[in-house]
Amino acid sequence: MRRHLARLTVIAAMLLPGAAQAHAFLDHAVPAVGGTVSIAPPELRLFFTQELEPAFSGMTISSEEGRSIATGVASVDPQNRAEMVLKLPPLAPGHYRVSWHAVSIDTHRTEGAFTFDVER
Amino acid sequence: MRYIHLVAAALAALYALPPLHADAHGFAGDRFFPATLLTDDPFVADELSAPTFTRDPTDMDGVQTFGLDFDISKRLTPDIGVTLSQGWQHLKAPGTPGVMGFTGFSSELDWQFFTNAAHEASAVVGLHSSWAHTGRVQALGADDFTTLSPLINFGKGFGDLSETLPWLRPFAVTGALSVDFPTKTESNGDPHPNNFNYGFAFEYSLEYLQHHVKDVGLSAPFDRLIPLVEVSFTTPLNRGLGGQTVGTIQPGIIWSGQFMQIGAEAIIPVNRQSGHGLGAMVQLHFYLDDIFPNSIGQPIFGQR
Repeated sequence: MRRHLARLTVIAAMLLPGAAQAHAFLDHAVPAVGGTVSIAPPELRLFFTQELEPAFSGMTISSEEGRSIATGVASVDPQNRAEMVLKLPPLAPGHYRVSWHAVSIDTHRTEGAFTFDVER
Repeated sequence: MRYIHLVAAALAALYALPPLHADAHGFAGDRFFPATLLTDDPFVADELSAPTFTRDPTDMDGVQTFGLDFDISKRLTPDIGVTLSQGWQHLKAPGTPGVMGFTGFSSELDWQFFTNAAHEASAVVGLHSSWAHTGRVQALGADDFTTLSPLINFGKGFGDLSETLPWLRPFAVTGALSVDFPTKTESNGDPHPNNFNYGFAFEYSLEYLQHHVKDVGLSAPFDRLIPLVEVSFTTPLNRGLGGQTVGTIQPGIIWSGQFMQIGAEAIIPVNRQSGHGLGAMVQLHFYLDDIFPNSIGQPIFGQR
């Protein structure tokens, strides 16, 4: 009996899925993907389909010429771990590219990039 | 007895640990390639197709078939995977009672030797084997010979196109090329030629459009749709059948969720030899690496 129990423990540990976890896809962003804003945003907010591992997730922003914009480090909102935030310096009007990488809490990695414009 | 409990405890603890890194799925940089219904995929993965339902177009002799296929793909290492497949079929010829049974077992060993994130590209080489006498040979025409088919599959997303072409960037194409080497040249007078198989999937990812190019206001479930057209052809190369190409064109759509995808396609034969009328294909496909991230969704070697 105890041997059967031990076998069942192994099989259950191997097969049972844990909490709902999967690859983190970008759900939406503020400013919007490919969007145009009239006022420079004070921050970037990316909303994902899964909770993120803060230590392995991040984003950067660069100008139209490919020059990296100096920012702090992106953080995962402790109240909503599916949301990543990057505080921005004042942005001049122009075209910007956001590159992100996300590691969901089960360690699946995804990455992506999008652009937005600050109206001239 | 104590040994069994120790092993059980160790295995349970091992599988309870978070993996160091998990990948798989059909990702190449920003691009997510879904598992297509007809064209072999350009990546290795831990996935399960269960089932794929196919209602073939009626063939030249008026034979009608529908089938259920089951495929499981498992990564041995992060870049090497195997796929095991088994089919079941119901066949109805005019004026005869229907017959049903297994159509044959096949296996495939793949190596994903190339991935380029910046250019959203990946490629696989492998060997597909369909095994003799694993289906109903007399009743369903299952093979009484083994066929070995070296293959190459590739995928390319077009997200690296200029930003001045935003509506083209969600496009992707995957392709699969293989040559059949049957281990018998004929059975009961029917020749078994070497075949050249070639297929392509042309995809337009609304997921890519919405989340990587421009927020056009698509919400679930529409932001996870991938309309596509697949084409597949087989051209015999020898043994008196050279050039008699058969194939299908299959427009359809795939919805990809977090843990599974659903795909549906119409089947249009390309010529009389390929059948007549319309067929259809529907597939349920599960992402084992997402459903079981700490156990069978992991490669057996190489990531812990």
